[in-house]
Amino acid sequence: MIKIAIVGFGTVGQGFAELLERKREEIERTIGKFRVVAIADSKSSISGDFSIGDAIKMKRERRRLRDDGRAEEIIEELDFDVLVEATYTKLDGGDGLDYIRKALKKGSHVITSNKGPLVADFRGLMSLAERNGVKLMYEATVGGAMPVIKLARRYLAFCEIEGVRGILNGTCNYILSRMEEERLPYEQILNEAQELGIAEADPTYDVEGIDAAAKLVIIANTIGVDAKFEDVERIGIEKITPEAFSVAREKGYTIRLIAEVSKRALRVSPRLVPLSHPLAIKGTMNAAMFKTDTAGNIFVAGRGAGKEETASAMLSDLYDIYAGN
Amino acid sequence: MNEALITLIVELEDRPGQLLKVLEPISKMGGNVVGIVHQRGKKTPLNRLPVEISFKIDSKKVDRLIESIRSAGIIIRSFNEVRLTATTSVLLIGHLIHTDISDTIKSIDVDGEAECVEMHVSMPEIFGPSTAIITISASGNEKLREAVEKLREICRRKKITMIEPINEDLI
Repeated sequence: MIKIAIVGFGTVGQGFAELLERKREEIERTIGKFRVVAIADSKSSISGDFSIGDAIKMKRERRRLRDDGRAEEIIEELDFDVLVEATYTKLDGGDGLDYIRKALKKGSHVITSNKGPLVADFRGLMSLAERNGVKLMYEATVGGAMPVIKLARRYLAFCEIEGVRGILNGTCNYILSRMEEERLPYEQILNEAQELGIAEADPTYDVEGIDAAAKLVIIANTIGVDAKFEDVERIGIEKITPEAFSVAREKGYTIRLIAEVSKRALRVSPRLVPLSHPLAIKGTMNAAMFKTDTAGNIFVAGRGAGKEETASAMLSDLYDIYAGN
Repeated sequence: MNEALITLIVELEDRPGQLLKVLEPISKMGGNVVGIVHQRGKKTPLNRLPVEISFKIDSKKVDRLIESIRSAGIIIRSFNEVRLTATTSVLLIGHLIHTDISDTIKSIDVDGEAECVEMHVSMPEIFGPSTAIITISASGNEKLREAVEKLREICRRKKITMIEPINEDLI
């Protein structure tokens, strides 16, 4: 029996729990029986005898779970095999960093959707996992459902990855591709995105390239580049004019916010992308192009955010831990 | 040694042995021929055949070489030292005019081996930011990269947003 504990029970945590329940039969056929032994958020928790459905209902109706014990206590006191860490991203690592460290030290695997801890201490966490003989999985931190991390670590094994270029922020890509279509000013399209719920009320984290830079740091470290957040040269999309799309088009280009890591570069910036290039992708999609020595160019694309998309990436991590070998 | 890439266009009589009169001096002076194109479709009224020869040679020997080819009785139509082979476009956004756009563009020049060959500016409002796409050509990828690097530096100083292409060669 695989015992799973979930900390962080917002959209992502709930989405993962729901998917576990909905796909229970298929999952158990592959990895064996499992049980969610505890769920916790920053101020409450539930453990012992409960169903996933009850927990979700409780959280939605009362905005908290049954018991007072918090995430920290659950991790310290309970016995589990996998910690699913889905708390909110803070670039200094936040509470998530602490939760992950504690779980790894206890000898349990960790699946996280939280960029913060990996951006703050990628190497430290990886070596901690290795020392304790467990896995730290983080597919959901980059590109949502789009397989990037396992692609690099597993399927491009023994390739030298010379560079990765990607569209890692769906909000920026939406804004830029709408500006391209409508030739309207940035502010106007930003408003539209905010009304649609694609951009936050405070869009800074997305439009200044902070989110993309955090993801780039994770990709860089995954392919063996020792990068920190401060090392990323970062330019946002706020200064792009509608005319920029017109003059770029005359030369066969459009503009996208591209995150790039290679021997020469570690940067997030708006770039001219040939109209026929696979990265000239539209809407909230994410995409990444890997340049390798022996496998040539590999391109992946997919939905970079969303409850189910993120949860699907976390499920693939669960598969990898128990059935991946 | 400072090596120059020369593109030489000569007019040859269409009979055997003519091309050799051009190639021999190049070879004697240590030049390395990288390409020969016979422009058979462009015969002159006097029935001479334009031939384009590209070669690399120590730049100090260029004048002497041209003189020696000429004295062998060959008609030289044109020669230029640098053939701009690498090209890229870069987009600039900001107060381009007020920050002296001609000075910005001059910064690209890398010993005459890279230059701005085309520009299109769009300025919707006189006091607002303008947008320009410029095309830079250089004698090779290394020089092109150098030129882009220089432009990046000056744009940083002038607070101009520079949008570079995702060019496979420049990764």
